[in-house]
Parts: sequence; structure tokens; C-alpha cells
Amino acid sequence: MLDLTTTYLGLALKNPLVPSSSPLMQQVDDIKRLEDAGAAAVALHSLFEEQIARESFALDHYLNYGSESFTEAISYFPQMLGYNRGAEGYLEHIAKVKQAVQIPVIGSLNGFSTGGWIEYAREIQQAGADALELNVYYVAADPAQTSQAIEQMYLDLVREVVKSVTVPVAVKLPHFFTAFANFAQRIAWAGADGLVLFNRFYQPDFDLESLEVVPSLTLSHSNELRLRLQWVAMVYGRVEADLAVTGGVHSAEDVLKCMMAGANVAMMTSVLLERGIPYLGALLESVKAWMNDHEYESIAQMRGSMSYKNVAQPAAFERANYMRVLQAYEPRFDRNP
Amino acid sequence: MSRSMVTLDANEAAAYIAHHVSEVIAIYPITPSSAMGEWADQWSAENKKNIWGTTPLVVEMQSEGGAAGAVHGALQTGSLTTTFTASQGLMLMLPNMYKIAGELTATVFHIAARALAAQALSIFGDHQDVMAARATGWALLCSNSVQEAMDLALIAHAATLKARVPILHFFDGFRTSSEVMKIEQLDEDDMRFMIDDELVRAHRARALSPDNPFMRGAAQNPDVYFQARETVNPFYARMPQIIQDTMNQFAARVGRQYHLFDYVGAPDAERVMVIMGSGGEVAQEAVEFMHARGDKVGVLKVHLYRPFSVEHFMAALPKTAQKIAVLDRTKEPGSAGEPLYQDVVTALMESADGARPMPRVIGGRYGLASKEFTPAMVKGVFDELKKPNPKNHFTIGIHDDVSHTSLPYDPHFSTEDPATTRAIFYGLGADGTVGANKNSIKIIGDETALYAQGYFVYDSKKSGSTTTSHLRFGPKPIHSSYLIRSANFVACHQFNFLERFEMLHVADHGAIFLLNSPFAPDAVWERLPRSVQQTIVEKQLKLYVIDAYKVARETGMGGRINTVMQTCFFAISGVLPRAEAIAAIKHSIEKTYGKRGKVVVEKNFAAVDATLANLYEVQVPTNVTSAFDLRPPVAAGAPAFVQNVTAEIIAGRGDALPVSALPVDGTYPSGTAKWEKRNIALEIPVWDKDICIQCGKCVFVCPHATIRAKVYDPQCLDGAPETFKHVPARWKEFEGLRYTLQVSPEDCTGCTLCVEVCPVKNKSETRLKALNMMPQPPIRARENENWAFFSRLPEMDREKVNLHLVKDSQLLEPLFEFSGACSGCGETPYLRLITQLFGERAYVANATGCSSIYGGNLPTTPWTHNDAGRGPAWSNSLFEDNAEFGLGFRLTLDKRLEFARELLPQFASVVGQELVDGILNAAQDTEAELLKQRGRVQALKEKLEALITQSPNVPIAETARHLCSIADIFVKKTVWIVGGDGWAYDIGYGGLDHVLASGRNVNIIVLDTEVYSNTGGQMSKSTPRGAVAKFAAGGKATAKKDLAMLAISYGSIYVARVAMGASDTQTIRALLEAEAYDGPSLIIAYSHCIAHGYDMAHGLDQQKAAVASGYWPLFRYDPRLAAQDKNPLQLDSKAPTLPLEKYVYNETRYTMLKQSNEAAAEKLLALGKKDVAARWKLYETLAQTNGKDGK
Repeated sequence: MLDLTTTYLGLALKNPLVPSSSPLMQQVDDIKRLEDAGAAAVALHSLFEEQIARESFALDHYLNYGSESFTEAISYFPQMLGYNRGAEGYLEHIAKVKQAVQIPVIGSLNGFSTGGWIEYAREIQQAGADALELNVYYVAADPAQTSQAIEQMYLDLVREVVKSVTVPVAVKLPHFFTAFANFAQRIAWAGADGLVLFNRFYQPDFDLESLEVVPSLTLSHSNELRLRLQWVAMVYGRVEADLAVTGGVHSAEDVLKCMMAGANVAMMTSVLLERGIPYLGALLESVKAWMNDHEYESIAQMRGSMSYKNVAQPAAFERANYMRVLQAYEPRFDRNP
Repeated sequence: MSRSMVTLDANEAAAYIAHHVSEVIAIYPITPSSAMGEWADQWSAENKKNIWGTTPLVVEMQSEGGAAGAVHGALQTGSLTTTFTASQGLMLMLPNMYKIAGELTATVFHIAARALAAQALSIFGDHQDVMAARATGWALLCSNSVQEAMDLALIAHAATLKARVPILHFFDGFRTSSEVMKIEQLDEDDMRFMIDDELVRAHRARALSPDNPFMRGAAQNPDVYFQARETVNPFYARMPQIIQDTMNQFAARVGRQYHLFDYVGAPDAERVMVIMGSGGEVAQEAVEFMHARGDKVGVLKVHLYRPFSVEHFMAALPKTAQKIAVLDRTKEPGSAGEPLYQDVVTALMESADGARPMPRVIGGRYGLASKEFTPAMVKGVFDELKKPNPKNHFTIGIHDDVSHTSLPYDPHFSTEDPATTRAIFYGLGADGTVGANKNSIKIIGDETALYAQGYFVYDSKKSGSTTTSHLRFGPKPIHSSYLIRSANFVACHQFNFLERFEMLHVADHGAIFLLNSPFAPDAVWERLPRSVQQTIVEKQLKLYVIDAYKVARETGMGGRINTVMQTCFFAISGVLPRAEAIAAIKHSIEKTYGKRGKVVVEKNFAAVDATLANLYEVQVPTNVTSAFDLRPPVAAGAPAFVQNVTAEIIAGRGDALPVSALPVDGTYPSGTAKWEKRNIALEIPVWDKDICIQCGKCVFVCPHATIRAKVYDPQCLDGAPETFKHVPARWKEFEGLRYTLQVSPEDCTGCTLCVEVCPVKNKSETRLKALNMMPQPPIRARENENWAFFSRLPEMDREKVNLHLVKDSQLLEPLFEFSGACSGCGETPYLRLITQLFGERAYVANATGCSSIYGGNLPTTPWTHNDAGRGPAWSNSLFEDNAEFGLGFRLTLDKRLEFARELLPQFASVVGQELVDGILNAAQDTEAELLKQRGRVQALKEKLEALITQSPNVPIAETARHLCSIADIFVKKTVWIVGGDGWAYDIGYGGLDHVLASGRNVNIIVLDTEVYSNTGGQMSKSTPRGAVAKFAAGGKATAKKDLAMLAISYGSIYVARVAMGASDTQTIRALLEAEAYDGPSLIIAYSHCIAHGYDMAHGLDQQKAAVASGYWPLFRYDPRLAAQDKNPLQLDSKAPTLPLEKYVYNETRYTMLKQSNEAAAEKLLALGKKDVAARWKLYETLAQTNGKDGK
């Protein structure tokens, strides 16, 4: 009997497949279907503090726009009793999801003010989330801002949030850090129970006809997995935090690689958007089939087996592509002195 | 019993009672009563209950006539029913009102009394409307103040049930309906005490019911109608006492005692004024002041005007009264006197018993259309009464130099209480001044024992409008229902106002003057106009400055300086202790903005906190140093009428214009907007001539016709200013000619639509286009000079342009320019385009609404004429009749042409057969043909005039005179019927349908904003499903009416649906085809609008999205194609490619539903998507059928 169980952020999971933030998370029915298809937990879409703020400002602006300006039209809209201007909608959603499914539910938060991070983290916990993922989505565009300052900002934030909640906290990070392993360690020391590697940023494209910058976020590909694998493998067992891979998990093989690199869970979105919710079940079956074929007994057995710590040639993780290319040519030099 | 004190206006006060004691409410928006319906609708949407524990059913009708019909029906079936209206709305209710009264039905209509459209429309307050209803058999009960509006509303609802006589409860439009006052609020127990449930059940028992069948509404013959009409007399005889008894009943519980006629003043008064409405409050203030100084004067304030109780009137009138002045706020031309005057005279005559001498009675008019009525005028009337032969049929408050009716008065006479704080604030609509002041009144009303009053005055512009707020706070009840004329606090929220108009004339000696200044405290003095400096020095004003825009910008408030200026007011006015005031402001911010989100509250808090550190008192120098002064309201070159009349109105001195200055019949010159340089744009577009491709799109979309293009001979450049830009024209046909794109800097509103539509980008710096916004002040003078030169360049020869091309059409002179419409308006580009294509031969019938306001509200009009003196002939009749009004134009033209064609052949021997044939058979389809015909007509007129001169007395000379007077008809004319969706879909739909069916050659353009824009965003039948509007707070549940398809069903009407932002060429094509079609045409034009709730700079993108989502399919239906066995329906847009949500969720009207009721929003969006799909399928199917066999 295969043992697919894993733990993540202290949560016991029946398998390592966790659908992550996507439009699928916005409908309770879809989350129920994900559970039915075999998902072990769900990481909800993020509550964006900045978006709440922007929507509030926009609402305020446009309700004022043109008002108190003209005798016959003192305003242009009726007054509503109230607006879903805080996190109410998101929090209600968590509560509804918790009622609808048995699997753990991980809330996700993207804040932009210290007060906002703390307040909304508490509210997400109160709404019933089993864990919290901090989606730190920050584009360091300011030339005056040093890497040190940015790293400190992350660390302070994690420390503040961890202090203010009792549920486990994971931090979703981008890979743009000079000394990622060290930074991961410091994030863990700051109190993070898990690291989610890696965030994918919007990458603007250019429209050559209109000469406009077009923001775009395409679905991920399997080949994006490798960056994640590398870093999960590098920090597994060396940094005191659970690990989740997100970005590029598309197949059973991808899931297995994540596990072998050392991840506790493999998160996925794009493949489910592309192929539909039932694909999750098929993927799980393929994982099982592969494990059966290759006579693995449990996920625990393979977890971290290919990590930096456990592989025969850990240097393979450290060398840059350039080095590997040179190595490839070495035998030829040997043969033709 | 302790009741709460509330700060509100009379509209809210009356609606509060009406909603509590009604079951059914049928409404329709009309200024200034709209707010009553809006409150009722909102409270029902919030599920607020009436005193019987059920939520009143509120329904919006298609017109006031419809509302009255629905009310009548609901009353006849036993509901407690009410409505709210004013002015023309009341006129439309009159037929039903006779029925309702004739059937002795208990109901109350609440009226914000307003002027009637006569020589001109006016939205402002007087009693013309209610006086026109005085014959209907309704009781007329008048409230003079906001408190009375609440109290008498309840008294009216209680009394009508007892009396079975319906009651018009009215108060003065604007002055009372919109005056914010601190009053005591009646509670539900008061209402239950006053309303007798037995009478409610009796009302129900009288209703129609199949369980107790009878008929009501018979037709009667000469034998019995008369007697039947007399049956009601006892009800009217009882009515006054019933109302007095109800007032007594109210007094017993609430403590405020009203009478049918309330007398104030000396018990032994010799001179008495009789007056009704808010003027009664003013008169009371003046009388109390004069009486305290020993004058034997008094005022009799009328509450119940109909039925007029002679008995109660005589009882209330002091027996000592020797001279009486009766003031009517209405005009009845040709009468023996205005109505109240006549009633008073009759009452006195009928009561004459010889025991005491008959008082001398004079009557006069005051306050028409909210003309100010002040204690000084009251004093003027009393002074007149002192004379041995006081003037009868007088006017007060104007200077009548024509009929010499006006009484003199001393404008400096003041009864203001020194203990009252009087503050005036000058602001911009957009800066939030009025909202802040409304908040301040509430703060003072709620937090202190002071009485508070606020009244707000707006100019008539929809963009860059100025607002003036008049606030009074004091320890005693405030009766001052007039504008503040001596203020101890004056605030100027916009620095540039200082050189635009005089404002410190209202400042008391030693008053505080708060100025929002971009200049530092030590630099501001030199920036003040000379007369402002002079007043500050002379009156020893205390000057405070703050750079409110800087504070607002730094605290995230953008252009809203409301919170900053409000904080300044409290900080320096001393109305409240400073710390207490700051706390109260913050509390009020939380109440006002809390539901919009905490970040909104926080940014307002930040603005409050940052204010005090930026507020400075300026040490006022003793010397006047400035070398500049107020700018003249219009340029020196303006025509005499503009100089003498228009300029005075622009300068805010219209009140001083004498009667003789004004046209007798409402006729005004066109082309006056160009003289009113409003300078409201902070930034204007600047042309990059090197990358411009001369496509004309910027000119095409400009809502204000402030950016224009010309192609001209290079020789015309002689004398051009140095900075005047020009390049070779990029037309094959215009080789060798020059091209210039020029902006009028002082007329531009800075909406940026032209920049948004510009398709060209700078290849090295893609943020730049061929038009780029730049600050206006540094380039104003230069561009003014360039604009002046540009304006003198010759206009394009109309024969040389291809009208179908945007590029070409935008070289034509617009004859609609510089309107006061909203910046970025989506309607006005269509009107401007129509004038470019057809303006010099167009008649325009304009429905009341936004387009009639920005088109015809004084002081100026954007409709103009060309150098030849030809241009659109424009008129506005009413809201409901515009299609018929325009058809009337057509009927005249058709008949006139027929007559002219009958006359012309009689002159063949005089003018030549060739000319006669040429005129009669002329094709007039192209500009060249039109020009030729103009030449022929000119020749004809010259020949006819020669005949008349040579042989003035021959019989045919008279016929020649006739022909000469109508010969212009031989040049083809075009009739345009213009209006919004409120007119076309709702109130005017019956007429529109009839005109469309008439087969006559009229062109109807519906400027479809999908909402009643002018009255503030009420739902129309054009409002789309899922959009929030007033009267549709839960999102409109039903789909938009497909007006186009209804018209298409006739088969004989040219119909087009256009959106200039989505396809400019299709828009032009549709206009040209519609005009060319010899029959009725209907164009439904997508018009983005401020009421949609998004930045109108993106209006064109939103139009594209509307089309791409399939929400607004573009098409043309041309019956001429059917005649050629072709399919008449041509779809001009492609199948939907954009999800509907990508279109709708750019607009607050949709998102606010998502944010307040997501489930409803989702449901309505899903239905909206079905609507789009179904409509597209229908159109596509129709467009694909073969015109010949219909398959």
C-alpha cells in the first residue's frame, strides 16, 4: 500500500498535491471539485490589500466625481447602505470554503502596509484558515533602494506577521535574491514555517503596433520547474522550513521531482486551468503508478532524495551552466591532445 | 418627550413624513423635487418601513403624467399614495388632479414650488406652478421653512384623511427645498398619534373592489353634471377648520402651534404684509426688527391658501390694519392682480360691515425664479405703504424701467443678528467645497446647541462650475431665508476667482478672509488684484492663507481640498474650540466616508492633520500696491448686447439689469459662448506639428470645439505670430496649401479626449503623441494670439471637401462651440459634427435636458453662426413634446416650400423661366449644388426686390413681397430633433413614435447616456440591465429598451446606432445618410457620461469596449436599400470579441453593485450576457436575410 501522505506547515496531508492561487479558488464549487479530485489542501487566491485600497479610492473618487457641482444634479448615484470595501468578501469566502471541504485551507495575503499585513493576517486566521501564505509580491524598481533594505523589509514583515497569528505561516518568495540560500535561512529564522518557491511576476510585453507596454502573465511551463527544483534541492535539510514548489508543476514526473528535491508539497495552477480540475485525479494516479512501477513505498521515502544534501555530486547544483558546457567538451580535449 | 435634532433640507423633511405614512409612491424626477423621490426610493431600497410596519412600494414612471395616473389608480384601489413634483411636472398632473379631487380622494402631493417655462425655462423657485393648480379643487398648504415642511407634511397627511380633500403641500423650490437647517425631527409615535387608522380603513373601504363592486368615473350629461359638481361644497366648507383642528392636535403633542394664517408683529399694526412661503420667514425677520424699533407693522403668513378661509383670514388680521400689501411670488399676465392679492381683496370686501374702514390694499410681485427677497425689500414695501397713495401692482427686487412697477428700497438695510456667524465660501464644484460645508453644518448642528442653516448656489455650467455656500450659525432660530449679504467669514477656495469676480463686497469690517493660495504667506500680497488689496486694507480684514492643493496632494486627496478647507474654517472661525472641532471633523469623516473603506477615512484624517501646520495668518500691509485688477467679463470686441447684458450676467451682476435690458420674448443672439472665456483648463493640448498625420480625429472628438484644423493658402500667413505653427497640408488635392491645428487656450476644458484619440506616437519617446498636455498659464497669452490669428484665416471651401471623410469633415467650421457641458462630454461631439455638416441650413428642436442646458442656459449659448450670418436655428420647447415640436418645424417648412413653389411660376416673366426652372428642379444633394441654389435664390430675391421697388403698387408686387419673404425655403433645410434618452425612451416616447410614423423628413438624434443625466442620474428605460442608477439602487433588473428595433419595425424609417469612439466613419456616414433620407430618421448615439462613473478621458475607449463586447452593435437600417431589393440592415460592427464584464466593470454604475451586492451583480451580469448574445443573433440573422424575398 502506497503511502502518499506528507506534512506541510504542520498540517497532515493525504498527498502532496496542492492547487494554488488561481481563478479556480474563487468558486466554492470548484474547490469542492478539487477536493473530490484528490487535492490534499488548497492555497487560496491572495487578498490584495493594495487592490482593496485602490478600489476604495476609486469608489470614493467616482462617487465624488461631478457631485455637488451642478444645481440639478447634486450627485449621480444613489447612496448604498454599504460596500464590500474591506476584506469581508474574501473572509466570507474562506469561511464558506471551510464549510464546504474537509481538506486544509491556506489563506493567502498580499499586503502593502505593515498595519495591513497584520490586520488582514489576523482576520484570515479568524475566518478559519488553517495556515497563511504571505504572497510578498514586490518589484524592486527603485534604484535608490538597496538589496539589504529589501531583505530587511521581508524579514521585518515575516517577524511581525508571525507574532500576530497562531496559525503556521509560509512565505512565497521570488527568486531575485543575491544569496538566496542565506536569505531563505534568515526568513526561516524570522519565524516562517514554510517557503513557497517561487513567485511568478507579471512580465510586461510590448505591442509593436500601438507602442504600448502590455502587462501579461502567461501560464507556466514545465521547464520553469527546474529553477524551483534547484533551489528546493539546495535548501532542503539545510534551512529549517517546510518547502513548497509552485510554478511549472505540470505532470506526475514534475511532482515526483519536487518530492525528490525535498519539497513537502507540489503546488499547481496552470495545468489545472489548461486541462481542467479532473486532471488532478489523473495526475495523482500517474504518481501512484510511477511509484508502483519503481517500487517506492512512500512519499517520505523519496523526499529530498535528490537534494543537495543527499545526491552523489552536490557540485552539480552549484555549477553554473557555463561550467557544465566546458565539462562537456573535456573528453574531446582528452582524445585530441 | 425628547425628539432628535437633525440637519436636513425640506425635500428630505417632507419625504421623511411621506415615506412613513404611504403605501405606494409613484415618482418621476424633476428639479428641484427630485430629491424627495430619491429619498423615498432609497429608503424603500433599504427596506425602511412605514408606520404600519411595511415598506412602501416606490415606482418610477415615464413622466409626471404617468406618475399622476399611477397615483390615481393606486388611490382608487385604496392605497395611501403620494408623489413629489414641481413646475412642468405639476402641469402634467393637472388632468388627474381634477379627477382625484372630483372623486374626493384623500392624498397629499409634495411640491417644491418652481417657476414655469414661459419666455425661458427656469428651474428656480416661485409659486407659478402651484398657482396654476389652484383651480383643481385641491387644498394648497404652504410650508415656509424646513421645520414647517416636516410638520405640515404630517398635518397634511392627517387632515386629508379627515377631509377627503386632496392636498398640495408645497414649499419654495431651492430656497426651502434645498436649504439645510437644523430642525426637530418628528418620530413615528408622533405620526401614529396624528394619523387616524380608522380613517385609513375608511379610505380603503371607499376603494374599488370586485368584492364590493361599483363604478366610479362616469360620464354625465347636461342634466346632472352641474348638480353633481356642487355636491362637494360641504367638504370644502369644512376643510379649513379640519386643518386648523389638525394643527391644534399637532400643537398639543409637539408644541409647535400653526394656524391657517399666522400673524407676527405688532398687535396694533397699521401696516400689514400678507405673504406665503419662505418670503414669510424673511418678512417675519424684518417685521420683528422693525417692530422692536417701534414700527407698527406686522406680517400675516399664509399656510392654507386653498380653500381660502375668509373667516380665518379676517380673524388673524389685526383690526388696526389700515394698509395691507399682498405679495405674490407668481405672475399672472393680464389679470386684475395676482391670485393672493385678489383673494385678500375679495375677503376684505366680503367682510366689510361698515364698522371699520376698509383697509387700503396693494398687491405686488416678488421673488420670481428664486430672485432674492430680503428684509430690505420687506422694508421697502412697508415704506411704500406709508405713502398716502402707495403703488399698486408693484414689483420689488428688480428695476422695472419699462412699466415702472418696481418699488425703491435701501439695499443696505440689514436685520442680521450680530450673534449669528455668517460665512460665505466660494469654491469649484470639483473641489468638494459644498460637500464640506454640508458636513460643517451637520457638525455644528449635531455637536452644539447652535442653530445652523446652509444654502448653496451653483452657476449653470457643468464643467468648471463655481459654487457659493452661505452658512449661518447662531444661538437663535434662523429665519433668514436669503443669501448672506454681510459676512464675518469669507473663504475663497480657488485663487483664480479673485481676478474673475468680486467677492469681498460681502465681507463685514474686520471679517476673516481665508484664501487657498499657491503662494507663500510672504508672497501672496503682491499676487492679489488691486481692488482685493484695497478692500482688505479698508475693511481691516484678517487674512489667512493655506496652500490647500499642496496639502491635498501630499495627503493623497488629489484635487479635493474639501477636508483641508473645512479644517481651516473650524480652526480660525472659533465656532467650536479647536480640538473639539478637529475631533468632530474626524468623526464626521468616519460617518461620511467609512463605508467607502478605511483608506479613504485615513487619507482624510491625514489631510486634517496636515492642515494646521500649513495655515498662516498674513500680516496685511497698509498699502495697496498691486498694478492689476479684475479682468473684464468679456473682451472689448464683443457686440453691444454681449457687452451690455451678457457680460453683466457673466460678472454676477445680472440682478442689477433693468427690465429694459432684456428681450421681451426670450429671443437671444446666438454665438455668445465665444465671449465667455472661462479659463478652466489647468493643462491644454499642444500640437507637435512634425509627427501629426492630420487625421482630424482630435477635432472630431473635441466636446467643446476648442481644437480646430484649417487648410489655407500660404499667403494667408502674412502677419502670423512668431509662434504660430503650420506645415504642408497632407492632402493630394490641397498640394501647396498649409495646415494648422490650433487650440483655444481659454475655452479648452482640458478633458484630454483629443490626446487619447491621437493615433500617433513619437518614435523616440513613445509617451509623447502629436498632441501633448502642457500647463496652460505659461502658454495662455501666446496661444491666445495664435488662436486669434487662426480664427481670422479663411474657412474651408465646403465644395472642396469630401464630407464622408473624417479628415475632410473636420476642416469644416463648427457652429456649436465652447459649451458649458461637462469636461469630456460624450454628447456634444455629435452636435458639433451635425453643425459642421449641416449647420448653416439646420433647424434644431432640443428637448429639455443636459443638451438644452449647455445649449441654452444663460448667460451664453454655444450655438453660433458663420461669417455669412447663417447657423442653426435652435429652440427648446419642453421635455415631453420635443419630437412634436420638431415636427412642427418640418410642417412649416413643407407648407412654406409648397406655397413658394406655387408662387414662383407666376414670376417667370419677371425673373426668367430659366431661373424659375433652375430653382424648382435643382438637385441639392452636394455642397456644390447647394451653393448653386443659394446663388439662384439670391438672384430671385434681387429681381423680386427690383420689381417691388419699381412697381410697388401693382397687384403682383404684394405676391412678390410674400415670395421674397419665404424664398429662402428654396435652399434645402434640415430639421434635427435632439434630446436624451429620458426624453426619447420615456417621457417623449409617445410623441417620438408618432413623429417617426408620420413619414415626414425629420432627423432625430438621441444622445443616449442611458440615464437622466441632467437631473442627477435617475434610471430611464434606456438604462442597461445591471447598472445602478437612482431609482435602481439594486441595479436595473430589466434590459434596456431596443428603441432602434422598435423604429425598424416600421420599415420606413432610417435607423442607425452609432458610437463615435468606436467608429467615426460610421458615425459620419449615418448622419449623412439620415439627412439625405427623405423621411424620418432616428440615430441613437452612444454618449459616455459623467453619470457612468469613470474618467471621461477614457470615454472613447469605453465606446470601443461597448461595441467590441456586443453591448452596442453598430448598424444602419436604410429603407432605400429595401426599395432596391437589398437588405436594408447593415451591421457595421463585428461579432462580440470582448467579454461583457471587461466593458461594464470599467464603470462605477456597474461596479458599485458588485461592491454592494455581489450576488445580484453576478446574476444581472449573466442575464446581460444573454441579452447581448440574443440581440446579436437577432441582428445578425436580420442582416443576413436577403432583402428581396425576406429569407
